[in-house]
Amino acid sequence: MFTQGPSVTTRFVLLLLVSVLLMTLDHKQQHLDAVRAALSVALHPLRVAANLPFDAAHWLGESLSSRQRLQEENAALRSQHLLLQGQLQKLAALEAENRRLRELLGSAFRLPDRILIAEVYRVASDPFQHIIEINKGALSEAYPDQPVLDAYGVLGQVIRTTPLSATVRLITDPGQTLPVQVNRNGIRTLALGTGVIDRLELPYLPNNSDIRVGDLLVTSGLGGVYPAGYPVARITEVRRNPEAPFATVIASPTAHLDRSREVLLVWTTPAAGPTSPALVEGDADAAAPDREGGTP
Amino acid sequence: MTLAPRHGTWVIAVCFLVALFVTILPTPDWFRPFRPEWTALVLIYWTLALPQRVGVGTAWLAGLALDVLTGTLLGQHALGLAVIAYLTHNLHQRIRVFPVFQQAVTVLVLLALYQLLMLWFDGITGRPPRSWTYWLPSLTGMLLWPWVFAVLRDLRRHFRVA
Repeated sequence: MFTQGPSVTTRFVLLLLVSVLLMTLDHKQQHLDAVRAALSVALHPLRVAANLPFDAAHWLGESLSSRQRLQEENAALRSQHLLLQGQLQKLAALEAENRRLRELLGSAFRLPDRILIAEVYRVASDPFQHIIEINKGALSEAYPDQPVLDAYGVLGQVIRTTPLSATVRLITDPGQTLPVQVNRNGIRTLALGTGVIDRLELPYLPNNSDIRVGDLLVTSGLGGVYPAGYPVARITEVRRNPEAPFATVIASPTAHLDRSREVLLVWTTPAAGPTSPALVEGDADAAAPDREGGTP
Repeated sequence: MTLAPRHGTWVIAVCFLVALFVTILPTPDWFRPFRPEWTALVLIYWTLALPQRVGVGTAWLAGLALDVLTGTLLGQHALGLAVIAYLTHNLHQRIRVFPVFQQAVTVLVLLALYQLLMLWFDGITGRPPRSWTYWLPSLTGMLLWPWVFAVLRDLRRHFRVA
């Protein structure tokens, strides 16, 4: 029965060693990305199949809904579109003005360059890790560390890409840290993921800092990953502890972390330097000498 | 043994594929903490039934697939499943004659060991789970074992996998 090949124990020990080697190489290093990508492509049909019941339900729901409901929805969307279009006109003018003023100041400013809509695979993973899979990958030029948003705020960042999919770590994942800023007064701090889907912690705010329930937190752009100014969370609880140096501040993410079906992948232009095409093309002569100064 | 060569390999492969598929199948939120380790259960069954064919190698490959599908460290589940397969392989003659209740308890121990290993690796990579519900999949696995066993045994007899 066991005449050919090495014994079970030998094979077992060998595989253990290989596993440990794989994990060591995979942890925080990129040596195995090609292996992972190849395996992931091979297993892609399984992922699509697991998603199929939900795609089918979605499609059925759309094709079976009544004409009247569709018309109502269409009318609502139309009026919303008109409203947003109006706001956008104002925004375009403001953005141009803002960019011009910033160029005069010589500050480095990043504007999102390109946005791509990706769909979330509803595949489940470990409930203790806040990770989602999306259906755009390296073939759509997604890259590790890329910021991901939804319609309501920051969702997370890409941690790994394969040709056809990408893995996104949500901002509530334990061990995830996000540089944020209070929108009302500009206080900068860090928001930490807690492992609970509707909860972020801000552990580094002193007791006397000016922060209130309801304050909006936006990305500060300091980490270099997320573009500045996107909404992250709203403060839900502030507890000042007289005996401790820092206040207990809890926030709830504005993005629909567990409900979003479509997410936005954002490409930002690299920090505005002399080589950045997005900013140079505007008025190159006026601001070029100042721009060397860097960030104030 | 030599006269009846490998028969029905595809049945085993399909079992593992279905287990992987069910593992990543979306579930309602309330069920998420209870989701059992399907791949581990299927692996334990086939290692018990056909220890000369399904063993640490199969376990390792299935684990690698699981790693890629669930986005964990490459090799993490592979190692865990290989440990399960090794233990089951060494104990299969004893476990086979256990009554089904005792088998279920053995399965609980194997699954808990597997989860302990996963917990260990999650801890090393800096994301320890914070709740006792982490251990629920082992319990559901134990409760499901009699059914998994019966279904897979009928499958094996029906397709005459040997």
